[in-house]
Amino acid sequence: MRRLETVVASLFALLAFAGPAGAQGTLRIGMTASDIPYSGGQPDNGFEGFRFVGYQIYEPLIAWDLTRSDRPAALVPGLAESWEVRKADPTKWVFKLRRNVKFHDGSPFTADAVVFTWESIKKKDAPHFDTYGSAQVIPRLASLKAMKKLDDHTVEIETNTPTSFVPYQVCYMMIVSPVQWQKFKDWRKFADQPSGTGPFRLTKLVPRERLELEAFKEYWNPSRRPKVDKAIFLPMPEPTTRLAALRSGQVDWIEVPPPDAIPQLKAAGFQIVMNTYPHNWTHTLRLDKEPWNNKLVRKAANYAIDRVGICKSLLNDTCAPASGITYKGHPWYGTPKETYEYNPTKAKELLRQAGFDGASKRPVKAVHLISTSGSGQMLPLPMNELVQKNLKEVGIDIDLQPVEWNALTQRFRVGFTGENAGMNAWNISFNFQEPWSAFGRFFHSKSVVPASLNTMPYINPEVDKLLDEAAQAFDIGRQNEILAKLHEIVVDDAPWIFIVHDLNPRAMSARVKGFVPPQSWFVDLTSVSVGK
Amino acid sequence: MWAYVGRRLLLAIPTLLGASIIVFAMVHLAPGDPMSAVMPVDASQADIEAARRMYGFDQPLPVQYLRWLGRVAQGDLGASIATRRPVLQDVYAALKNSLVLALSASVLSFGIGIALGLFAAFQRGRALDKLMSAVAIVGVSVPHYWAGIILIIIFSVQLNWLPAMGAAAEDGVLEYLKHMALPTIALALIPLGVLTRVVRSAALDILAQEFVLALRAKGLGRAMVFAHVVKNSAPQILTVLGLQFGFALGGSVLVETVFSWPGTGYLMNLAIFQRDLPLLQGIILVLATFFVVLNLAVDLAQTLVDPRIARH
Repeated sequence: MRRLETVVASLFALLAFAGPAGAQGTLRIGMTASDIPYSGGQPDNGFEGFRFVGYQIYEPLIAWDLTRSDRPAALVPGLAESWEVRKADPTKWVFKLRRNVKFHDGSPFTADAVVFTWESIKKKDAPHFDTYGSAQVIPRLASLKAMKKLDDHTVEIETNTPTSFVPYQVCYMMIVSPVQWQKFKDWRKFADQPSGTGPFRLTKLVPRERLELEAFKEYWNPSRRPKVDKAIFLPMPEPTTRLAALRSGQVDWIEVPPPDAIPQLKAAGFQIVMNTYPHNWTHTLRLDKEPWNNKLVRKAANYAIDRVGICKSLLNDTCAPASGITYKGHPWYGTPKETYEYNPTKAKELLRQAGFDGASKRPVKAVHLISTSGSGQMLPLPMNELVQKNLKEVGIDIDLQPVEWNALTQRFRVGFTGENAGMNAWNISFNFQEPWSAFGRFFHSKSVVPASLNTMPYINPEVDKLLDEAAQAFDIGRQNEILAKLHEIVVDDAPWIFIVHDLNPRAMSARVKGFVPPQSWFVDLTSVSVGK
Repeated sequence: MWAYVGRRLLLAIPTLLGASIIVFAMVHLAPGDPMSAVMPVDASQADIEAARRMYGFDQPLPVQYLRWLGRVAQGDLGASIATRRPVLQDVYAALKNSLVLALSASVLSFGIGIALGLFAAFQRGRALDKLMSAVAIVGVSVPHYWAGIILIIIFSVQLNWLPAMGAAAEDGVLEYLKHMALPTIALALIPLGVLTRVVRSAALDILAQEFVLALRAKGLGRAMVFAHVVKNSAPQILTVLGLQFGFALGGSVLVETVFSWPGTGYLMNLAIFQRDLPLLQGIILVLATFFVVLNLAVDLAQTLVDPRIARH
């Protein structure tokens, strides 16, 4: 009977004036995810899961510095105060842990928690093995082999081979509280009442609807205690829903507003916050078959794209032209010979050199697999139509084959075989947050599918050598130099059509203050406050 | 009577089995796979294969289906691939929200639709009848997701009266009602149009019959004639009511998605895009069961108002 009353009362509610509710000191964010990311430790939903759940509730041993906008986020001490590789045996790293850190359940953070977390990811027969969380994070911890406790505040991490990329992997491992897990002995229940050491603690989780966090008062770092009392996250996969929710005052901040809504949002007094970050929207080319097996043709394609036009006319300046994997000013950019500005004349000249005369009997033809939507894919259909038009203008004829996002990610991993045999490229966006995701997985000969994501396949012994060298360069400055050199070679080889870097637009109400957009996929919410 | 109910319930079993086999097959025929949705986009094929083995998705399809069926027979709908939450728990929560929305939309559309339909029938041929018919046609023709977006633009974005998305059931009844208002209206539009038209034509059929003339000749007042017409057109209207309620419950994928209303339609949409097979199977099974029961209830209600039906 209560239901009937609810129904009847709802009709009256239509008439009720209902102003937007907004508590002071509460930050409400509309996410693009369709569900609340997994809160049991190692998050799902890609980097958005890390952004809003992982790095808010938990912390890794090594963290990202998200307090600056002017350079790519660097690694800084997290739950570890310091770390170093053993000189005598570079497969072993010693991490000195921070003291006086508490989990949300009140238990102290010690080396046991690190080992417990490691076992939950790696030790399949452990009672606390987390099948789901493990599947999420394992690909990101590929070089790590073992972790052991030396004393309460020291752990040793062992790797399969000596590699300097260890800190870039450790930063993805969220440390969970063993004490809290023992209360439930079940990860699903733990995920409902999780306990980490992060600046926010979970207070309410309604699956698929909302996640509520509150400031953790005993957070160990006084300079990173949250300014807001509460942070609420709502999943809103539909861009128009996010837009309506922001404009109606239901949330204070939305991820990725639709680009064509940006002028009206600005006019209505909303802030649009953007910055470059390690994101790349690209066409990954097939290098073992015509037409993209010819470097001149690949370069021609790169000179044919009007990137400024795409960003201006389609995306309202929410992207920046890409002339490589990373962007100018990034430590791995270097000084590539080719600059890939928009130059159709040069593109035609390169095609002529390659033996493809626009009007001759040898047309350049290719089939590119694209998605209709998808995480990080921006506006795949209109953007690809512009790419297609640009290429057509210089005499490259590409046929676009749109498939649904899930199907594209599945087909991409397999490489250009089976049902992909007739394809010549795919359009998937990537992150280049660390050396492995930027270069290792795509350009090393060892990464050829199915081992990793070198689908092209791109085989260049010099690049292999540089990658191996970078993995041996334990000095970060030296490592960056090597990677910049590698980047110069890859840009010159043009295995991709570099198109744009997303600028990660966010729209916020004018009441949101203090947010620093970092050059990263992640954010620091502790500096944010919400005014009246 | 009870034998009839029992037979109908038994007939439901093959119906449900058929529905579950079709869903299972269709999801596997569609490109994409659940592991792709579960794993990070940058996971390699080798990582995916390892996870697939861990989840038991490397088994042949018939084996996977039979295993699922075996668990369902024991009342266990399994766990979602994407979230590992028990399917039953998710479907139950979603069904509650959908039911509330379907009920409120039905009350709104049935009330107004029946009133408008009867009114139009008694005003046949006059201006008001034409107006009602126009309203009905608009109700049937306007895409309800489009109407939903327009409602959001007017009431949420421009006027700031009502929230644009979500249910917020945990914030109390008032908040829940506010969140319910717009999706209810959007969802009510089609049944409103359908009912107005069906009720009008049903009432007109009855009005044209000789017994109505006889009633009038006997000197019965308008109210009594009206009551006879309503009673005689009830069976036909009941069938439509049942169907429309079913559609409101199961067919609100678009409306629920536009409003991010956490019901079965929204859940089904998510499950399809994530290839979350156990979840999808669970929703379909529950909804199909609901339809079967609903149809049965309608049939029984019809025999109550019109005993002639029971004899067939």
